[in-house]
Amino acid sequence: MSLPRHTAVFVLLAILGVAFWVLLTGYAPDETLNRSALYYAENTVSDTGAQNIVAAIIVTFRGLDTLGEVTVLFLTAAIVGLVLSHSRAPRKAAGPGILPPGELLTTGARILVPMILLFGAYVFVNGHLTPGGGFQGGAILASGAVLALLADPTRRFSHGAIHLVESTSGVLYVLIGVIGAVIAGGFLDNRILPLGEFGTMLSAGAIPVIYTLIGLKVGAEFSSMLESFEETEDPA
Amino acid sequence: MSILLFPMSLLLAAAMIGSAALALFTTQRITAVLAAGLVSLFASVLFLLLAAPDVAMTEAAIGSGLTTFLFLFVMGRIRRESKQ
Repeated sequence: MSLPRHTAVFVLLAILGVAFWVLLTGYAPDETLNRSALYYAENTVSDTGAQNIVAAIIVTFRGLDTLGEVTVLFLTAAIVGLVLSHSRAPRKAAGPGILPPGELLTTGARILVPMILLFGAYVFVNGHLTPGGGFQGGAILASGAVLALLADPTRRFSHGAIHLVESTSGVLYVLIGVIGAVIAGGFLDNRILPLGEFGTMLSAGAIPVIYTLIGLKVGAEFSSMLESFEETEDPA
Repeated sequence: MSILLFPMSLLLAAAMIGSAALALFTTQRITAVLAAGLVSLFASVLFLLLAAPDVAMTEAAIGSGLTTFLFLFVMGRIRRESKQ
């Protein structure tokens, strides 16, 4: 590295350091909530009937952002599938030189995979009551799928089924949003269903439905991504 | 609770920095991958202490679970191919 480049790097680092120093010394924790946070803290429970305020904000007030996140994830999964589809291995083969999984892994996976899938479903079905929700539950579902793939590398999940689950839940998600705009207060309003009794399983309007759809969609997207990695064939 | 909270947060932050340094400076690839997963694991415990269980779950499931698996999977793939 030459001297001018060194100087440029140091100047850049100094500017960054000054910027962070100013941020750090200028930081003062807020004494009160700002206006939107105050509205959320005071009115979320009465507006949405959800016990988990974070989930209620993510699904209703910031529902459009969540739809955007799901779309980004969908695009990523689609691109991974597109790039890797050129080197897909034939059925019942996972590339040459596959290592057979151990006895411990196969036996353990037989017990753990159903439990992990059940836990993922629990997390997104209870998203409006306990911490967690669609994204977390979907990621847990995908880790169950990963364990199944690790225990049996030649296993193939049905691509058709995964794509069906993913696209159906995506379409239903947008449809629920549109129904909210038509018969309730706005796009992705959860009050299209009765709010129910606070703190019970069937409460908070459409939030459990939307979170279940998000969980299925995210789980299907992650699983299809990981499966695309698994199915690629080594170029011989 | 808050008396315990501060030293525990400091300890977790130090452990995060330590495992991040391990991931950067180790010569073994497998250690680096596991240390990177460990950073996420400590981060998720820290999120839990800071009363953000939703974020903690995401971090644990994606950061330390799926990402670590993806790295290990691709490493196994590379090793298998380079053997041939």
